[in-house]
Amino acid sequence: MKCKVCRGPAVIDLPRHNANFCADHFLRYCRNQVERVIHDYAMLTPGERVLVAVSGGKDSLALWDLLGELGWETDGLYVGLGIGDYSDVSGGYARRFAAERGLRLNEVDLRATYDFDIPTAAAVTRRVPCSACGLSKRHLFDAAAVDGGYDAMATGHNLDDEAAVLYGNVLRWQMAYLGRQRPVLPAGNGFPRKVKPLVRLTERETAAYCVLRGIDYQVEECPMAAGNRHLGYKEVLNEMERRSPGTKSSFYFGFVDRAVDLFAQEAWSGPSGGVGFDDGAADDGGASGRPLGHCTRCGAPAESDLCAFCRLVDRAGGAQPVPVAPPRRRS
Amino acid sequence: MKVLLRNPRRELDVAGPISVTRLLQQLDLNRESVLVISDGTLVPGDATLADDASIEIRPVISGGEGPGR
Ligand code: SF4
Ligand SMILES: [Zn+2]
Ligand SMILES: [Zn+2]
Repeated sequence: MKCKVCRGPAVIDLPRHNANFCADHFLRYCRNQVERVIHDYAMLTPGERVLVAVSGGKDSLALWDLLGELGWETDGLYVGLGIGDYSDVSGGYARRFAAERGLRLNEVDLRATYDFDIPTAAAVTRRVPCSACGLSKRHLFDAAAVDGGYDAMATGHNLDDEAAVLYGNVLRWQMAYLGRQRPVLPAGNGFPRKVKPLVRLTERETAAYCVLRGIDYQVEECPMAAGNRHLGYKEVLNEMERRSPGTKSSFYFGFVDRAVDLFAQEAWSGPSGGVGFDDGAADDGGASGRPLGHCTRCGAPAESDLCAFCRLVDRAGGAQPVPVAPPRRRS
Repeated sequence: MKVLLRNPRRELDVAGPISVTRLLQQLDLNRESVLVISDGTLVPGDATLADDASIEIRPVISGGEGPGR
């Protein structure tokens, strides 16, 4: 296989673009995709400061690297989730990445600051771990972006993430969620602007970007993710993608460019109380849209006296810690 | 050749030479879900993997929800 641009030996084939690239031209392709999406969806304007949500995984580190390459001023925020070795190793990758590049990485540790961790929160609330985890991360990232005076908060959601969330929301006709699933959400009501600059890149592409840039990242999967619905949706979508390259992109961008506005009316008046499909990745302010009130304890947007995070702290903080469940075998 | 798989981590012995595409077919893996790395270098689908190569098949699909991944 030869690079589409320079005819040199290719390192990666992208069936959805009917193109193969050498390392240099693949990296350039990634930068172009991000630059284009930032421009097309008016995510950022020159001179703005961006807070990057960093987990130590491929997407967030690729995102941080790409934004720097494109000239944006960024800091990172890492949230220590207390998921055993997985969190220790993930945090190590995030810290090393920042240190090697002289970037600033802020950290919040759930156990140290709020006296709980994700496995314990999941046990106490009897919900899937990703639910307490997504809630905590959203809250802490939002708060840090607002308090730190950042112009935007950037997350590493890629095309596969967004297509899987869309697929789940369409399967259940989650009207409110559908109306909010956009690559950029404006600031307002105490929320920072939220941008997803990687939505034009697939997971395979963000992983390849890291490999080619020499970025070490957490390859192991979070032990709490087993059985997560998104994984199943991703497998289904990748099977369609294999048969018909470009499916994920046309599904997601067709929605964003032509359909999301049809659901917009539902967007901020949707179901409240966190029932239904907890699709964290597409959300803004959890399952209930954008509340108008503020938490009496922490000042975050809230629909009752206390925000969902402070309520979680009340339930899980100080609870008897539970061990991390062993990962379920996946092929 | 030695083939390293992850999640969970395990190692297989596969007879080479074999193309990347064939290897993935043999292991029933979708190429959208993995990268193939041969002796530390990313390789495309039509590359031939030598019998003495050391191969990593790296999954790229992450689960989970919420920002910060
Ligand atoms: S898989 Fe779930 S529990 Fe694990 S880090 Fe991601 S959101 Fe949190
Ligand atoms: Zn080239
Ligand atoms: Zn609060």
